Amino acid sequence: MEKIDIITGTTAAAMAAKLSNVEVIAAYPITPQSHCVEALAKYVADGELDAEFVKVESEHSAMATCIGASATGVRTFTATASQGLALMHEMLYIASGMRLPIVMLNTNRALSAPINIWCDQQDSIAERDSGWIQIYAEDNQETLDSVVQAFKIAEDEEVLLPVMVNIDGFILTHTVEPVAIPDEEKVREYLGIYEPKHAYLDPDRPITQGPVGVPECYMETRKDLNDAIEGSREVIKRVNEEYYKLFNRKYGNGLVEGYNLEDADTVLVAMGSVCGTIKYVINELKEKGKNVGLLRIRTYRPFPKEDVVEMLKDANNVAVLDKNISLGFNMGALGIDVSSVLKNKKVCNYIVGLGGRDITPQDIEEIISHVEGAKDGETKWINLKE
Amino acid sequence: MMDKKQFPREEYFAPGHRGCAGCGASIVARMALKTTGRDTIVVNSTSCLEVFTTPYPESAWRVPWIHTAFECGGAVASGIERAIKALKKRGKYKDRKLVVMPIIGDGGTADIGFQALSGALERGHDIVYIMYDNEAYMNTGVQRSSSTPLFASATTAPAGKVSKGEDNPKKDMAMIAAAHGIPYVATACISYPEDFMRKVKKASDIEGPTFIHVLQPCTIGWGYSTENTIKIGRLAVETGLFPLYEIENGEFKITYKPAKRKPLKEYIRMQKRYRHLTDEDIEILQKHIDEKCRLLGLE
Amino acid sequence: MVTIAAIIYEPGSTNKNKTGSWRTFRPILDNKKCIKCENCYIFCPEGTIYEDKNGDFKINYDYCKGCLICVNECPVNALTSTREEK
Repeated sequence: MEKIDIITGTTAAAMAAKLSNVEVIAAYPITPQSHCVEALAKYVADGELDAEFVKVESEHSAMATCIGASATGVRTFTATASQGLALMHEMLYIASGMRLPIVMLNTNRALSAPINIWCDQQDSIAERDSGWIQIYAEDNQETLDSVVQAFKIAEDEEVLLPVMVNIDGFILTHTVEPVAIPDEEKVREYLGIYEPKHAYLDPDRPITQGPVGVPECYMETRKDLNDAIEGSREVIKRVNEEYYKLFNRKYGNGLVEGYNLEDADTVLVAMGSVCGTIKYVINELKEKGKNVGLLRIRTYRPFPKEDVVEMLKDANNVAVLDKNISLGFNMGALGIDVSSVLKNKKVCNYIVGLGGRDITPQDIEEIISHVEGAKDGETKWINLKE
Repeated sequence: MMDKKQFPREEYFAPGHRGCAGCGASIVARMALKTTGRDTIVVNSTSCLEVFTTPYPESAWRVPWIHTAFECGGAVASGIERAIKALKKRGKYKDRKLVVMPIIGDGGTADIGFQALSGALERGHDIVYIMYDNEAYMNTGVQRSSSTPLFASATTAPAGKVSKGEDNPKKDMAMIAAAHGIPYVATACISYPEDFMRKVKKASDIEGPTFIHVLQPCTIGWGYSTENTIKIGRLAVETGLFPLYEIENGEFKITYKPAKRKPLKEYIRMQKRYRHLTDEDIEILQKHIDEKCRLLGLE
Repeated sequence: MVTIAAIIYEPGSTNKNKTGSWRTFRPILDNKKCIKCENCYIFCPEGTIYEDKNGDFKINYDYCKGCLICVNECPVNALTSTREEK
């Protein structure tokens, strides 16, 4: 039986890691760490979770410790944010390159300078090409469900990649919502124990992990990695369906979620908690007789190219919201991606909510009227002060 | 007639690796693995040893081995050690003691990996951390590290018209490790295999973090002909430059005391990295050593 | 076909690489003079010196790189060296 708790997004993620029976957790409380690992430390201290909690001395070491543990063949978890994720950068590439199914919560927050602890998605976007699957949750329930699903996806033998579940800093991390907590036994039965066949340090089968990738093999390993993340789309969709059957919740097709897309000439494309605000505006406008749709990108990497093309085929005004900016390109990463897969379509890009700037329903309405009036694709920064 | 010795015959470090002829790092790995045996997991940081032993698809290692990056050997070892604990809860490795053994160079230990090392020692992980010290970044062209000794020439601390090479004394990693209050710290040198291997054995039998700083001469970086690797290491010890000791539960003990210390000049004059030094320069170094030996009771 | 994550599943596989071709000087061990102190055995960076069935030490020239540490460390001059001839 599921019970309902009123909890923050970070607690939801910690709860999910506990349900998933993680065996090694390594974490560092860098500013601004979320409460996630504090909650996990408490579970361990109270004997509710029989995990090894490694109190590492940096985020770099947090990921390195997870890599060591995962490469020995156990389920591992960590959590981080902004600067901490940036510090992990090097190790993120190594985790994916070594095909280790580590799961991490990243609470999206801005990058310095100037130092800013509030929400935007620049941190995870900066790790876009690291070979990690990136899921962006919209609310606290989805956070919990996504972390559980992340282990199932990561450890699938066709995938074997690390997964980063992203949730908006403060907006989800510090806000309580009712969250249904699945039955622990049921989750554990669903996930099983992590028993890798490809990579584990074991004196009874001595293997060499992380050798020198000479030019004769390096390119092939990169291609394998790309094939694995490309192929993970099907697994993500399948897990979304399996999860629905077991726990009665699903998130679109796992990759994208359409909202009010039918007959919508104007469609907003976005990721994360802002989608809640957009849905609210869509509902308001619908009451006034105006039809606007939302395409929520839930899985950003692998990018749901085909779904984006298919679901936006009837839209004439595409407005992509980005809580990040590719400096020197004057577009956000999602704007660039959507523009590159949509041919001959007007795509406007809106830079919103950097460093915790509020995104209000009025901002969303401004975006809608702007994209509808725009002749061609362009980039606009929203809610900038004079 | 020398005493008859009997070293373990098992080889966990295979030939065919690309280490230089006369490589001291290979000797470290070979001796350490002969001591700890098959139930060992080796962690390398980016280094000579890592590069010359694992050019895909070949590996010199006959024990499980991992490399990730340069600065995180201590952290990777921490994760492995905790994962073994977790696996033991599942019933795996019942009644077996697995030795998690980072074998990491002086740069990966004293410089870029210093933080991860300190974290691993402070947290009490059951690891045998071996710092193999060749006193510079040999893998990338003999750049100085904080383990490069005073007046040695390195490519980023070259001797020149106005420079005598490295202008700082060597960082004392064994004492820094000991300051963490860990159960066992030792210095060793490949020229004294019984002493080194006894220390590795002792470290591997101890629960908790242990640290062994082992000196290994490098033909390329130090500039000597290949047959002298052991001879030079021996001189480092016989001159008192690199004393062999152990600190067990806080108790300091010299494990090898030269009958009469040899003059440092004998050691210095065998190496190209010191060839710019005058007799007066060597005298300065000799005074440093005399003072250190006095403090350690090695006069 | 590259393995997943370029993992090497064959332990000790560098033994395919016969580094004996690097050698310019060849160490020669005279078993009659050998006192079995094991210096050459333990100091060899390649592990190319082995004990045969009769308890005699032998050099595996497939891998010996000719560093001559063994010659230098032999206390009784049982090891000598000669230049390789091709």
